[in-house]
This record gives sequence, C-alpha cells and structure tokens, in this order.
Amino acid sequence: MSTSRFTRRGVLKTGAVAGAGLALPTMFTSRANAYVNEPTGDTVTLGFNVPQSGPYADEGADELRAFELAVEHLNGEGDGGMLNTFSSKALKGNGILGKKVAYVTGDTQTKSDAARASAKSMIEKDGAVMISGGSSSGVAVAVQGLCQEAGVIFMAGLTHSNDTTGKDKKANGFRHFFDAYMSGAALAPVLKNEYGSDRRAYHLTADYTWGWTQQESIQASTEALGWETVENVLTPLAATDFSSYIAPVLNSGADVLVLNHYGGNMVNSLTNAVQFGLRDKQVNGKNFEIVVPLYSELMAKGAGENIKGILGSCNWQWSLQDEGTKAFVKSFGTKYGFPPSQAAHTCYVQTILYADAVERAGTFEPCAVVAALEGDGSSLEGVDSASNAGLVFDGLGNGPTLYRSADHQCFKDVLVTKGKENPTSEFDLLEVVEVTPVDQVWYEPDHPMFAGGDLGQCNNGA
Amino acid sequence: MDAILLQILNGLDKGSAYALIALGLTLIFGTLGVVNFAHGALFMIGAFCAVTLQRLLSLSHQVEVPGQVDFLGNPLMADVPYVTDWFGEATGNAIIDWSVPLAILLTIPVMLLVGYVMERGLIKHFYKRPHADQILVTFGLAIVLQEIVKYYYGANPIQTPAPEALSGVAQVLPGVVYPIWRIVYFCFAALIISGVFAFLQFTTFGMVVRAGMADRETVGLLGIDIDKRFTFMFGLAAAVAGLAGVMYGPINAPNYHMGMDFLVLSFVVVVVGGMGSLPGAVLAGFLLGILESFASTTWATTTLPGINQIIIYLVAIIILLTRPRGLMGRKGVMED
Repeated sequence: MSTSRFTRRGVLKTGAVAGAGLALPTMFTSRANAYVNEPTGDTVTLGFNVPQSGPYADEGADELRAFELAVEHLNGEGDGGMLNTFSSKALKGNGILGKKVAYVTGDTQTKSDAARASAKSMIEKDGAVMISGGSSSGVAVAVQGLCQEAGVIFMAGLTHSNDTTGKDKKANGFRHFFDAYMSGAALAPVLKNEYGSDRRAYHLTADYTWGWTQQESIQASTEALGWETVENVLTPLAATDFSSYIAPVLNSGADVLVLNHYGGNMVNSLTNAVQFGLRDKQVNGKNFEIVVPLYSELMAKGAGENIKGILGSCNWQWSLQDEGTKAFVKSFGTKYGFPPSQAAHTCYVQTILYADAVERAGTFEPCAVVAALEGDGSSLEGVDSASNAGLVFDGLGNGPTLYRSADHQCFKDVLVTKGKENPTSEFDLLEVVEVTPVDQVWYEPDHPMFAGGDLGQCNNGA
Repeated sequence: MDAILLQILNGLDKGSAYALIALGLTLIFGTLGVVNFAHGALFMIGAFCAVTLQRLLSLSHQVEVPGQVDFLGNPLMADVPYVTDWFGEATGNAIIDWSVPLAILLTIPVMLLVGYVMERGLIKHFYKRPHADQILVTFGLAIVLQEIVKYYYGANPIQTPAPEALSGVAQVLPGVVYPIWRIVYFCFAALIISGVFAFLQFTTFGMVVRAGMADRETVGLLGIDIDKRFTFMFGLAAAVAGLAGVMYGPINAPNYHMGMDFLVLSFVVVVVGGMGSLPGAVLAGFLLGILESFASTTWATTTLPGINQIIIYLVAIIILLTRPRGLMGRKGVMED
C-alpha cells in the first residue's frame, strides 16, 4: 500500500506561494513599465528627428543646432538662453527631473516612411521618451501618428499645414509653429493696405497636404478682402522648372501671383516668375505683385535678390527685440556664428516646453505630460472665446502664447515679413513689417478648415 | 496665339537642356556602349563650376561699417571683394556680374578632366560587364558625387544670376515677352549641338569616332587606337553636360540634386530618340520639352488632370510599343 504525501491543502498552499512568486517579477515589471521608455537611470533620452539628407538638410542641420543648444541649457551648460526669460521657472538647469538630458538623432529624409522608421528606431532601440523636429507637414503628420500609437510625446518641428492640428491632430502631439490659416489671416490686412481690395490672384500650389491647406487658407482670407481668385494650378512637388506654369499667368488677367510653395519649389518658382518679368509688369492698371505666404530664412537666402520687396509670413524672426529672442539669438549666435532660423527657434522652444511640462508634472509619464502641456485652463488676454484655455507662457520669443488644450496648437502673434531691399549682411534678408495680434489669427477648433479630426485619448504606451 | 508661342519657346528652352544631356548620354552609349547614370551628376558639377567661380571672384576682405552693428551687437563688417580692390569698383563688379559666362572657360577643362578620370578610373572596368552592372556603378557614382557637392556647398539652392545685361525680358513678338537668358540658353544649346555634329562630321577625328561607333573591331584592326578616341569622347560628353549645367544656373538656382532631376527624363529622351542616335537624342529632347510645356498649361491639366506629370512617360510607352528602336534609332542597337 502506498500513501501519497500530497494533500489538498498542501497543494493549495504550494500553489499560492508559487503563484505569488511567479507574479512578483511581473508586478515589478509592470511597475517598471508604467509607461513606455520610463527612464530608470540617471539620464533621459530625447529623440530629434530632422532631415539630415535630402533637400531640407540645411534646415534640419539648423534644427539640430537648436536641439543641441536646448539640451546644453537644460543640463545647466552655456548661458541658459531662453531658460532665463521663460515665464515658467520650473526648470533648474539640472536636466529634467534631475536626470541629465541625452539625445539621439534620426534622419527623416523629408519622407514620411523614412521619418516613421527613424522615429520608431529611436523609440524602440534608444528609449526616446519624446520625439521632436522635422521640416515637412507630411512627415509631421506621419510621425505624430506613430508617436500616438507608440505612446510617446511628439513635439512637432516646422510644420505649417492646417491638418497637423486639424484633421490629423493627436492627443500625444503638440505644435508650437503657426499654421496656414494664421498666415492667411495675418497677411490679409497687410495685403489690403499694400495692394488694395480690388485684385485678381493666380495661385500656384504645391500638390500635397501643406500646399492644399495653405492655398485654401490664403484664398479664403483674400476673397474676404474682395480679391478674386482667377486660377489655382497644382504643381508637382518634383517640378524644378516652373516656366510653363508661369507663362499662362502672363495672359490670365491676374495682377497677383501667390506662390504656395516651400523650399526648393519656392526658390525656383519665384526665380522663374521674376525672370518672366512679372514684377515689372502692369496689369489692370496696377503693378503686378508676388506673394509668398510662408517664408523661411533659408528659402530667402536661396532666392537671393528675387525676394526683395515680396510679402510673406513667419513664425519668428531673429531680429525681434523681445528679451526671449535676444537671449536665444545671443546663445545661438555665440555658439554657431550666425543667427538662428525660425525652424531652429521652434525646435528649441518645443524642447524647453516639453522639459518644463515634465518638471511640472513630476513624471515623464506621457499622459501626465500631456496634462501639463494642456495647462490649467488659463486664457490669453484679448481673445474672447470659449476655447481660449490651456497653458499660457511667455518669454520664449513670441510674446504671450497659449498652448490650446482643445487641439494642442500654439496661438500667438504672427509676423508679416518682407524681403529686405537693402540687406546689411547675408543673414539680414527679411524685415518684419507687421506683428499681427493673436486675436486676428484666432479660429475655433471646429473651424471647417480644421474639422474632421479628434485628439482622442493620450497614450502611455504601456 | 501668344500663349501657344510662349509654350513653344518654353518647350524649346526646356528641350535645350534635355537635348544637351541626352546628346552626351548618346555619345557615351554610342562609343563605349556604357549606360551612364552619372551623367546627370556631370550636369550638376557643371552648374557648380559657375558657383565655384562666382565664389572665387567674390572672395573678400572685411571692412567695418561705421555706426552699424551685427546681430550680436558687434561692429558690422562688410565684405569687399578683392577684384574691386584690384580693378576698381565698376570693373570688379562687372567681372563678378559676368561670372556665369566666364565660368564656361573654367567648366570646359574641369569637365574634360572629370570625364577622363571617371572613364579611366572607373567606367573602363565595366565595359565588358552587363548593362545592369554599369547602371548600378554609375548610379552609385552619381550619388557619391552629389553627396560630395552637398557636403561642401550645402543642400540649399545657390543663386548664380545672369549678367545684368542679359537679365530681364525681350519682346519676341508684339505683346509677347520672354526672358533674355532663356533665349541665350537656347542659342547656346544650338551652338554646342551644332559644334558637336560639325566635329563628328567634318574632322578626321570625328570620322574615326563615327567609324568606331559603327564597327569598333574593324577600326581597331586598321591599327587605330580607338579606345583613346573614345576616352576623349567621354570627356567631350562630360564637357557638353557641364556646359549645359553652367548655363542653366541662372534659370534655376543650382542645388546638389539637380542632376538627378534631369537624369530620368534624359534617359527617356535617349530611348525615345533611339539609343545611339545623336540626331534622335536632339530631336526627342526638343520634342519632349515642347510636349511637357503644353501638358503643363491650365487647359491641359484641367482637361486631363495629372497629364503634366506623365506626358513624357506616356510618349515613351507609345514610342516603345510602336517603334521599339525609337524615332531615329538604328536597327540592331539594343534589340538583341
């Protein structure tokens, strides 16, 4: 006869102990992975995804310079730049939450798939808790979507399409840069003052998301002035010689050409338009005018003499005289020998804003950071709107600014700029002709040009 | 009517660039049998010869501008080109103003040298390899060349303006104006193309090359070192591409990628014209330039959306289906 030493109670006890033992590491693991890429050591890694190759490589290089500078300032190195002028004093110059800031970089190549791949690699292999940078709306929308899925924060770089915080907005994504609607709203009164309200506009538009939204915005704001839109011609993104698109303008009866182009497209289309003598032409008894709604310093440099006297808009300009701008230009100029571009500025500001939000939230947890960036419901002065609520800050170069919680878009004054007639140096290419107050560029989150999207829920990625 | 004339003129100057690049490609293919995907890069290097000369002529020393400060608050320094010191302000500025036409003098020897080095250093090792290998190695070379240019000159376009006297527009017919430099470009292209044809047609060297193109082996058996002549033809093709590039600078600001923008189109031009046919390359260049121009008109894009982006490829498909050897291709070339 044999007797078993197993008893029902013994099995239950052993099972309970073994179960608890097996569960223990999981409990610790789940605590360790409360959110994706929780920094566990004494450093935290940020991912800077910029075009390092391709046609926007120079703009990407400037963004990287700004990121490097922001990391230096966050770690307490250098002169502190805009940390000294920033209205929030949460950052102490000892990294973020006491962790030294490190960074990795990726190359977007200004291609959505390449940008997603590099962002994915920085998140999965390098443990980046935040992705920032970029010089294209197509890339921004693609990377923002990826960050939302992965559960990290995306602080957009240079992206001007309405869609980024419109139909493609995401809870984990934030944009400091202005958008196409704001360009239209800021430019319209200046265009009316300079060129009158009886004009016929011909649009050449880059055939992709940014071009479409910019054209729609500029057409809406100029038609509201009384201008007539004669034609809108979509041009391929790969086009280099725009002469066959410019030639029809000559006989169209239009007296204004609006170039909804960016980068190399804009340099070439503007050069071609000037070659064809459009700027010396008289139509309908008026001087023919050219408008470039979105300017960048690098484009202005590429366009050379052709840019003189042409109106456009900018998010920021190094020649502004507020304390934040002066501090940033001094830091950047001393380190690199030339003034920063608006792409560099927005990337620097986004890094500081992210770090500040983490510091205030007391954690890197994405949803807590989202809540900190959405602010306490404060409002900008002078804007009467129910959606005027979010995080208000100042001292970062654009005056009082609102990160609106409803769509994660920054609202601030917009600069109307003009190609300088007599530049004093190779950097002194644009002059600010008007600072359009924020209330004139304000729109509601459900404005038709931004409709169709939903922020959704923030994602911690755990 | 004015609009039609303008689009024809546009097509002719677009076609000038296509024809010049395709001419060089055909010269290389016809003589050496190499499919050279680095040919667009040679066009780009030519344009950067103008950028380089412009920078050399603009080399400056700095002088302080009294009463003005730079962006950091330091005294503002203005650049004063050495040429204005040496030759006086008017002459010095005129030399800088004419840097693009002057760059032709720099481009010819530079491109002949680049072509020679490219052929002797790399491409000759691929003569007996399949076309796929040639395409891969020359495409790789094109990428290397453009990355080198990007490293030194950046990715941003760099303006190389036409001389003041050749800027602006000219009245070609009552009520029809056209940019002077584009007319200059077309005339320049016509001159180069005529020069190359005359060289091949009326010189002994050219006659030997043509004979070599027809039957390389027999020419070799006659004791003529045809390889040397073909190497020179590679250099000549490079120089033609370079000249096309240097004069193209004022039309569109040079950037490191401009060669790639033209490369695929130029290959289509060669295929449509007929592989190995020099007159075919020129004819197809102008023809496709004009077609592309008309396809970009508002009327065409409204009637057939997207036609401006596909017209050239559409024509290539039709030609290849109906006449596989191209418009003026010789029987037997690329048909085995």
